[in-house]
Amino acid sequence: MDFKENPAIYIQIAEYVCEQILLKKWNLGEKIISIRDLAIAMEVNPNTVQRAYDFLQQREIIANKRGIGYFTEEDAMDRILSFRREQFMENELPVFMRNIYLLKIDFKEIKILFDQFVKDNFKK
Amino acid sequence: MIQIENLSFGYKRKKLLYKNLTLNLEEGSIYGLLGKNGAGKSTLLKNLVGLLFPTIGNITINGYSPKKRLPAFLQTIYLIPEEVNIPALTIHKYMHLFAPFYPAFNKEQFFSYLGQLDVKDQGKLNTLSFGQQKKFIIAFALACNTKILLLDEPTNGLDIPSKIRFRKLISSVFDNERIIFISTHQIRDLDNLIDRVVIVDNGSLLLNASITEIAQKLCFKTMSEIDDKSKVLYAEESLKGYSVVMENTNQEDSKIDLEQLFNGVTENPAKAKAIFQ
Repeated sequence: MDFKENPAIYIQIAEYVCEQILLKKWNLGEKIISIRDLAIAMEVNPNTVQRAYDFLQQREIIANKRGIGYFTEEDAMDRILSFRREQFMENELPVFMRNIYLLKIDFKEIKILFDQFVKDNFKK
Repeated sequence: MIQIENLSFGYKRKKLLYKNLTLNLEEGSIYGLLGKNGAGKSTLLKNLVGLLFPTIGNITINGYSPKKRLPAFLQTIYLIPEEVNIPALTIHKYMHLFAPFYPAFNKEQFFSYLGQLDVKDQGKLNTLSFGQQKKFIIAFALACNTKILLLDEPTNGLDIPSKIRFRKLISSVFDNERIIFISTHQIRDLDNLIDRVVIVDNGSLLLNASITEIAQKLCFKTMSEIDDKSKVLYAEESLKGYSVVMENTNQEDSKIDLEQLFNGVTENPAKAKAIFQ
């Protein structure tokens, strides 16, 4: 897996887990891939995935059922959104805003493009 | 546990490569050993398996002294050297000859690892290419299930798919009872596997810290201008300004760049020491 320059790897792994849920590839309340298997898939140290899972547990997005594995929490959606929003505002939005400013792009133009994007990609 | 106490070593008595090195390595981590050419990375690994003996000082590994070369010790440790030298044997002959030295050797794992690394049974092993021989030894070493696994530049000679397979294999065999100690220049091949970094230079230990600790104490980022030079451990000019490694006073959670860390620690050892004290 290709990681971005920032943030820390364990945060990027936590984001990946949330992304799978947001994209509905993984369902709420269901068992998720084990630490070992995710580490192998991503070619990272299992301790790093452990740290990502600990982090998601603290945020009550996943829970560890002893002896069975990790599950996503049934009611985690709000917490997933708030975590991902936080990360987006902190890491991705500043780059976007910097370019809008430097390239003198009008917000109205962005709005039109945004609506078209949603129509093309998400609304069927 | 590997305990290195006040190790001094030199190939000639008057010219010491290591001076008074003390270092402990514990189970449950993949250690990355980083050092410049000639810093003595391979020499250190050879001291750990008893291929070389300390000039002064002691090495103790799980209660054993490597220089005594006791079979009970040797069956718990495996060193994959950078240059492999395999005798003219077939895969099966090699296994029958060498596997009995390692009681935890697992034949099924061995053939599974060979398959994953795409090493085929094609006659005598010494006729295989360098990369194939190296992958053969990696598969054999992993199947020996030793508590301690030392790898000297393991990705040298491996093609692109094999490097990926190699990373997946290391991640799959690693557990909390093992010490995996990898010496490398090819940091980018392995950077997400390593969870503790050991840096040696000029005969001494400059850093032994976990990735978590490094990320707590240092922050890696790109800045258009450097405002407070006193906090900077390392800076290099890049397309977007400066890539800097600095003291993490604002508790930022950044991704570690091992190359920049290495440059910072070797160029500025005193400052690194102060930060990690």
